[in-house]
Parts: sequence; C-alpha cells; structure tokens
Amino acid sequence: MCLGVPGKVVQVEGLVATVDFWGLRKQIRLDVVDAPVAPGDYVLNHVGFAIRRIPASEAEDTLALYAELLAREVPGDLMADDVRGELAATGRSER
Amino acid sequence: MSSVADATQLKFRDPAAARALGAAIDKVTREIGRDPVSVMHVCGSHEQAIARFGLRAAFPPALEVIMGPGCPVCITDVPEVDEGVALARQGVRLATYGDMLRVPGSAGSLADARAAGAKVEVVYGISEAVELARQTDEEVVFFATGFETTAVATAAEILRGPPRNFSVLSAHKYIPPVMEIVAEMPGSRVEGFLAAGHAATITGWAVFEPFVERHHLPVVVAGFEPLDILAGLLRLVELIRDRTPRVENLYPRCVTREGNLAAQEQLWKVFRPLGGRWRGIAHVPNGNLRLQDRWSDLDARRRFQIDVKALWDFAPPSLLQQCICGEIMSGRESPISCALFGKECQPETPVGACMVSTEGTCRIWHQYGGHPQLGRVAAGAVR
Repeated sequence: MCLGVPGKVVQVEGLVATVDFWGLRKQIRLDVVDAPVAPGDYVLNHVGFAIRRIPASEAEDTLALYAELLAREVPGDLMADDVRGELAATGRSER
Repeated sequence: MSSVADATQLKFRDPAAARALGAAIDKVTREIGRDPVSVMHVCGSHEQAIARFGLRAAFPPALEVIMGPGCPVCITDVPEVDEGVALARQGVRLATYGDMLRVPGSAGSLADARAAGAKVEVVYGISEAVELARQTDEEVVFFATGFETTAVATAAEILRGPPRNFSVLSAHKYIPPVMEIVAEMPGSRVEGFLAAGHAATITGWAVFEPFVERHHLPVVVAGFEPLDILAGLLRLVELIRDRTPRVENLYPRCVTREGNLAAQEQLWKVFRPLGGRWRGIAHVPNGNLRLQDRWSDLDARRRFQIDVKALWDFAPPSLLQQCICGEIMSGRESPISCALFGKECQPETPVGACMVSTEGTCRIWHQYGGHPQLGRVAAGAVR
C-alpha cells in the first residue's frame, strides 16, 4: 500500500488519463498529479490516482523494478502481489 | 567523490553493483565502530524488497535494519477496527482494502462480521467504493486506511463530490509524527531513518528537516529498487559516521524538496491531523488524519451512531495479549523473539496485525523463510 506503479500516458481527457501498464491499458485519475500530463509522459500511480509525473529520461530506471516483479508469477511474492493490486485499483480497462 | 555518487552511476540490475554497495556499507559500518548500528525504515514495501531480493545478506552483521511502523494496516488500532466492525454489524455496507479484513479488533475482525452476515466488500481503492455507492440506495461506508500517499486519493474523491449515500470512516495515518515518537522512545537505538519514497513523493523531503533539527538523526529518502535501498543505506551510515545529521534525497526521480503541492493542497483541504493511538506503539500527536468539520456530512463518525461498546461483551479472552506487534514496529523486538510467531500466529490464523497485512513485518518474514537474514545476493537474488 506504500508502493506506486509507473505507466505511460496514452490519452488524456479532462481529469482522466488512459495509461499503458505493460500492455494493459487502464484509466486513472489526474486530480492530484503534480504537473500537467500529456500523452507520452510517465506517471506514478497509487490506488487509481497519478501522484507524480516522472521525467521521461528517468522512466526507464523506474520501470525496471516492476518489469522484474511482473516477469514471472512466483506464488507468495508479496511485492508483486501489491503491484498487481495497484493495477487492479486503476479504473476500467480499455480494449 | 562520495561512494553513493559512484553507485548511482551503476546499472540498477547489476549484482556486482549490489555487492560493491554492500562492501561500502560494511566498510562504513566498521568505521563507525559500534555494534549494532541500528537504522529504521518505515515502509512495508522497503521490507518486501529487502526480503524478496535477499538484501540482508549484503548488510554487515553489525548493521541492524529495522522495519518501523511502516504498515498502515498494522498500525490501525483496535478501536478503529471496532468502529468498522460495529458499523458493518449495524447494517451499512462497508467497503475496504482486502488487507483490513482479518485485522483483529477487540471482538473479531471484519471477516468475522462478514461471516456473521454483515455486508463487507473488498475494494482496491476508494473510487471502486464510490462506484458501489452509485449503484445502490444503501449507505456505503469506505473504511479508509493508509498513509498520506493513500489519503490523497480519499481527499480527491471527497472533493469531487461523492453520492449522498457515501461516507468515509477515516483511519488514515500521517508518517512524519511517528518518527518523532520512535526516536524518543526510552531505549531506542535508532541512529537514522530511511524514509519511504512514495510517501515522500507527496510530502516532499523538506518535511523531515524539523525532525533532523530536533533529534540530530539523519534521514535518507530512498526508492524501492534493490540498489536504491542499498545506496540509501550507504548514505545513511555515512551520515551517521560523519555525525552530519541532515536530510538527503536519493530518490530524486520521484521526490522533490516541496513534494506534490497539488496533492498536499487537497489533502489539507479535507483532513486535519489529530492525535491518536497507533496499534501497539503509542499515542502519536498529529498521527491520525480525520475529516475536517466542513466534511461532517461525509464523515461516518458523524453520520452514524457507532456503538463499539456493544461489541465488548462478546470479546473472548485472546492471544492478542501476548502479541508483541507494537514492540516489533517500534524496533525494540523482532518477529523471531515473539513466542507466537510461526506457531499460534500464522498468515492463515493471524493473532496480530503484523501477520495479516502483506506489508507487515511478521507476514514478510514468515513468507521469506522466518528470518530473511539468510538470503543470498549472489546467484541472482539481485538481478
């Protein structure tokens, strides 16, 4: 519950962004994000809200951990479970 | 150039880098010359990463890295759980995070209430609870737990204007004040703090400056990559060795000096800090986040008469009396010194909240083999 998850913004409509998380597209709220967000930006998401725009130059470093956590499903991986929970907390999926 | 500056140049997924950082931490810890040198982190995700990536194997034996009160579910106090249980039994639909379900109150948990017919729904976030309220005429109460990172989501939904049948039972907590309490505890050995990157994303790192000023203990903000954590710990022991207590931010890609001002504005428009007990630890001045008076319509504590006393008659004598969660979260004991750990207290049959939440110290230690000092950094534990 302390861990945010980064994703790439695909589309912005008002206070809702469509964000790509490793191929999974979800809608997240932009009510509390720290800076204006545009398609192509990365954002850090927590319980369905973007809490930080991550500079594109630093997104790679931020994504690596999550790629590792989500690469393989290991039973009882509490950290990966939390990341999946975070993704589930985001809004509806898009086709 | 400091060794940390070197470390941050290295590739994050590099076991050689992890070993180099481990060696540097070892060297600096020896130079401090005390055993143990105790530092505390205040984040369940840090403990998960430390256990999962076997980082304790890279720590020198003299460096004690303690998980403090960094699990929001764990520090939700018994009377708060009782309020949730009482509300659910009174017939409202109570929505909350899955981790909260089995946290023991004085007379059972929300899971027990659900088994007895109460309507308790698991949601992943507040927006799902609001959605639930939109689909029904029933009263829906969101039992809100979590630190400031999570509280901003609650604030945002309240400011958006949820439906009339929606209200919030806030058990949100605010981390900075509890660091003061832990530092001031008699017998505390904590010499520095590793602050949680994503909570600091909201508050900014300057929030820790008054703490450093008062207690002369260094605070280092760190991310969640294995190398982020090792680099953070290295900087922390360097600051301890050099007797230069200050705040340092080793997670600049997410944390700034001021933090997320838009989020803070919304947080403090909705909540006010209030003193209250954190389970097993102490009364924490300004440690609880409660709804401000202007939101009393949305405050479940104002909307409903919550009768917790009715629960107490049913309270069975409980193993809870032997639980040392509080001592563990304040860094005075570790799970392996608890008589219940791994015996009466297991993830399936938790006695204390630290065994319930996936961010609880006991749950994490239990998951990773009881005592995760033995993980290995080599052989791909850090990849």
